[in-house]
Amino acid sequence: MRCRLGVKHLQPMCFILFWQIFMNDDQQNDPFLSLSNAGLYRGNRWLVRGVDLEVRRGEIVTLVGPNGSGKTTTARLALGIVKPDEGTVTRAENCQIAYVPQRFEIDWSLPLKVERLMRLTASPTNKAMYDALEATGVAHLANSEVGHLSGGEFQRVLLARALARNPDLLVLDEPVQGVDFAGEVALYQLISKLRDQLNCGILLISHDLHVVMAATDRVVCLNGHICCQGTPQSVSENPEYLSLFGKKAAQTMAVYEHSHDHTHLPDGTVQHADGSISENCHPDDGHHDHSHGSTKPKKPENRDAG
Amino acid sequence: MLDDFFIRAMLAGLGIAVIAGPLGCLIVWRRLSYFGDTLSHSALLGVALALAFEINVIFAVFCVAALISIVVLLLQDNTALPSDAILGLLSHASLALGLVCLSLMTWLRVDLMSFLLGDILAVSRTDLLIIFAGDATVLALLLFLWKPLLAGTVNSELARAEGMAVDRNRLAFMLLMALTVAIAMKIVGVLLITALLIIPATAVRRFSRSPEQMALLSVIAGLAAVAIGLFSSLEWDTPAGPSIVVAAAAIFITGQLTGTLLGRQS
Repeated sequence: MRCRLGVKHLQPMCFILFWQIFMNDDQQNDPFLSLSNAGLYRGNRWLVRGVDLEVRRGEIVTLVGPNGSGKTTTARLALGIVKPDEGTVTRAENCQIAYVPQRFEIDWSLPLKVERLMRLTASPTNKAMYDALEATGVAHLANSEVGHLSGGEFQRVLLARALARNPDLLVLDEPVQGVDFAGEVALYQLISKLRDQLNCGILLISHDLHVVMAATDRVVCLNGHICCQGTPQSVSENPEYLSLFGKKAAQTMAVYEHSHDHTHLPDGTVQHADGSISENCHPDDGHHDHSHGSTKPKKPENRDAG
Repeated sequence: MLDDFFIRAMLAGLGIAVIAGPLGCLIVWRRLSYFGDTLSHSALLGVALALAFEINVIFAVFCVAALISIVVLLLQDNTALPSDAILGLLSHASLALGLVCLSLMTWLRVDLMSFLLGDILAVSRTDLLIIFAGDATVLALLLFLWKPLLAGTVNSELARAEGMAVDRNRLAFMLLMALTVAIAMKIVGVLLITALLIIPATAVRRFSRSPEQMALLSVIAGLAAVAIGLFSSLEWDTPAGPSIVVAAAAIFITGQLTGTLLGRQS
């Protein structure tokens, strides 16, 4: 009797063990994308050099850095648009990639409607297409000509186009450029929701420190090379980051390194965990019951950044 | 029926209009009209080589145009020269070289005008066969490459990032243009090939709602231009190529006027 039970359970146990050892390691921890010591040399200078970077499934990695620090170059290397002059770039096999480039012009001579743009590199079903447009709030523009869209509308359409590809790896280069503030917050929320829904890896480029950090798992701070990388919290305390962006930016970022117990509503008010709504989210207003991740005591002026 | 030179010319012209439509659209969208000029100017060098080595003219023109497009790609990728300077250099150098070569072959009596402006009388049955075979090749390849070509036209970085072979398609597109130049040269002539590619496409832009529709409409505009041009060429004894291009320009103007009037009414 005992013996029978043992045999009966051996197979599933072995299977679970096997699953945990092999499948989990392979699928969850192997990065979709990895850059190792990658560098690109153009016009007698290194645009970026020595970039080590990994993006895994279900992870949002954000590239920050000043103008000309090589954020877009790093993204182009990651996407295989350019080949590195040094180091290696590897992407997982059969990895479905979607790219949202920075705003670009579409020549007037090309008649292109939004719904045709959605089918540019893939053939999504009508439902997938409209769901994606709906998600970014531009379903009503499906029949508009792309050249007539405003900057923010175009950006939302580009994001929808990327979503409709159902990507494993999503690369976003300043995805909220030209989007109004309420929309910006909503789009970033959408991006982090997508990460969970699609279980995809996201490489995000932004100079928009304070909004981005809320959803980011890892920050990579670039300035021709990688200054530092890690959680938003650890990066914000790194001396190289401080010298690059100044103390103010670091404080901005530190504010966002806490467990989220409140939501910023589109009209600017704040909904707290207990369901109440207030004008702001000051930590000492009685709605909060959490500690900020920062090891340093909070200075009063930090609150304004929240 | 094919014994009649006019029928042969008409079939050849219509055959060219069919491929000039979609190809011309891509040229307009990609702002490559100057590239088209460069290829067609190099055609004269092809003619000179064909006469010197006694090979088929269309074949020789295709080879020279293909060679020129590869040189353009190499120069664009490997030098800091601006694109229009590269095209200007190759365009006029190859045209001049072609003229010099033709004049050196003193044993030949070449009617230069027929190459520059097209020769309606010169379309043989073999030419017709080559034109239709070329047509089929260009159309099949365009159909096959349409999606990646269009994606590369909208944004080449995006297309490349999402797994489309942009470089391969760019080369394929240039070779298609070389082939079109080679088979169109006999009808419209070296100087006016680009016009037959570009004018129908621009004429129908304002009536088009999608890239595919624009390609289709420009085929229709091109067919009409060829038919009207060749009939008027026969009627008034004008050179074939210029007559077709004048007809295309007339279609363009009519389209613009109609579009403006319709736009005002609605």
